[in-house]
Amino acid sequence: MTLGGWFRCFVGIVWREGLRFIQQRSRFVSALVRPLIWLFVFAAGFRSVLGVSIIPPYETYILYDEYIIPGLIAMIQLFNGMQSSLSMVYDREMGSMRVLLTSPMPRWFLLVSKLVAGTLLSLPQIYVFLGIAWLYGIELPPLGYVTVIPALILSGLMLGALGLLLSSMIRQLENFAGVMNFIIFPMFFASSALYPLWKVEEASPLLHDICAYNPFTYAVEAIRFMLYEKFDLFSMEMVAGFLVVFLGGAIAAYDPAKGLIARVRTGGAGA
Amino acid sequence: MTVPDPNVVRADLPALAVESLSHKIAGRTILDAVNIAVPASRFVVLLGQNGAGKTTLFSLVTRLYTAQTGSIRIFGHELRQESSRALSQLGVVFQQRALDPDLSANQNLWYHAALHGMPWGTARRRIAEELARVGLADHAKRKIRGFSGGEARRVEIARALLHNPRLLLCDEATVGLDIRSRADIMADVRGLVRERGLTVLWATHLIDEVQPDDLTIILHRGKVLNQGPARDIIAAVGATSLNDAFRRITEGKAA
Repeated sequence: MTLGGWFRCFVGIVWREGLRFIQQRSRFVSALVRPLIWLFVFAAGFRSVLGVSIIPPYETYILYDEYIIPGLIAMIQLFNGMQSSLSMVYDREMGSMRVLLTSPMPRWFLLVSKLVAGTLLSLPQIYVFLGIAWLYGIELPPLGYVTVIPALILSGLMLGALGLLLSSMIRQLENFAGVMNFIIFPMFFASSALYPLWKVEEASPLLHDICAYNPFTYAVEAIRFMLYEKFDLFSMEMVAGFLVVFLGGAIAAYDPAKGLIARVRTGGAGA
Repeated sequence: MTVPDPNVVRADLPALAVESLSHKIAGRTILDAVNIAVPASRFVVLLGQNGAGKTTLFSLVTRLYTAQTGSIRIFGHELRQESSRALSQLGVVFQQRALDPDLSANQNLWYHAALHGMPWGTARRRIAEELARVGLADHAKRKIRGFSGGEARRVEIARALLHNPRLLLCDEATVGLDIRSRADIMADVRGLVRERGLTVLWATHLIDEVQPDDLTIILHRGKVLNQGPARDIIAAVGATSLNDAFRRITEGKAA
């Protein structure tokens, strides 16, 4: 296969994901409504209750609304990653997964292309959310809207890879709701998305330790720092490390020789 | 010494050679030491009841999962070692519908073309050609959701042929279709063998789809019980019809 062939395959996968995304308008709306409810309702309510002291990357006191913006951005990416994995499970049930997997391209390349496609699709959702937040009065450093892009890409890839890995383990679409409950909500709440880790530590050292092992925490912190034009090397390294682990797991799971997917029987009357 | 070009397809090689292929799922043997040779440019029927192992065999040949033992060669390319070259020779019509219902016929075919890395111009031309060939050129922009079962199958055949494969696998391609659609699809695929020299491996449990001259492989409970032209199989077991021969062979009553 020529380099051009690889490129066309990649473009085809991104294009198809984009088409599905455009057709599922409700997916776009719900991806936006969810963080906006947190921002308009939850954050507004807690603004006066929760005070956030000056901690890096902030150089002054900030309102709680502003504090949870990075967490809500990561939430969009988390749901997007899970949505991509839902799409993989749907494809498997609908049979179109077979079309993907019987491509002559290496399977790792197909999975990485899917992953990149999902990450790219999360970007417009995030910027629309940031636009609405700006209209609501949450103004971030202007350059931060640009400097955050590498963190968004890295965290989007990491959370998407987690979704891919999960999709290889889910046998039926119906099982997915349970995974959403057992993955998304614990990841979101046991992280620095809603409250700084030092506050968590004050309340519960155990919960603090859980948060410190949660990949979502590092995605949130990487985004938080880069939104304020600062670079948190440790968070970026952790996100990259989790990306390697999740993606490696997903590639192994989708390997026809030894993966979990090999044990997932796809329908049909024949054996 | 001249090094042979691995991309050149040799006419003397079988289109599909399966050797000592065994596979278990959840501890149950689905395929047991299967040996199959499908000669090039022939219509070959893989005949077996539901549960015989046809779909598993196709899943292994398409590398959806890898065989635990044995080897599979597609035009000489070993599937495990040269999967890209082997799969590029292959077109597949799956038993389970494998089109995206929310995309149009055109979009489904574009996606397939991209997965095979086809140049845009070639893809555009081949999509138009194949949709015209299966009589759906006017429906290219319709979503698959609105297609009848027969139309969707024709789109799947068009898609399977888009990248000009030399071996077409059809897994129960006519199941669930009305008599007219079945006949049309059978005629179309048989025509491809005659006119293009395509090799077809046609898995079915419908004995009336087999013609006397068809090379026929009888697969039963994961084992190949017989293979050869249908008329020879009938004669060999002293049966009056393929239906009778199939019953005798699978019930262990062959002469």
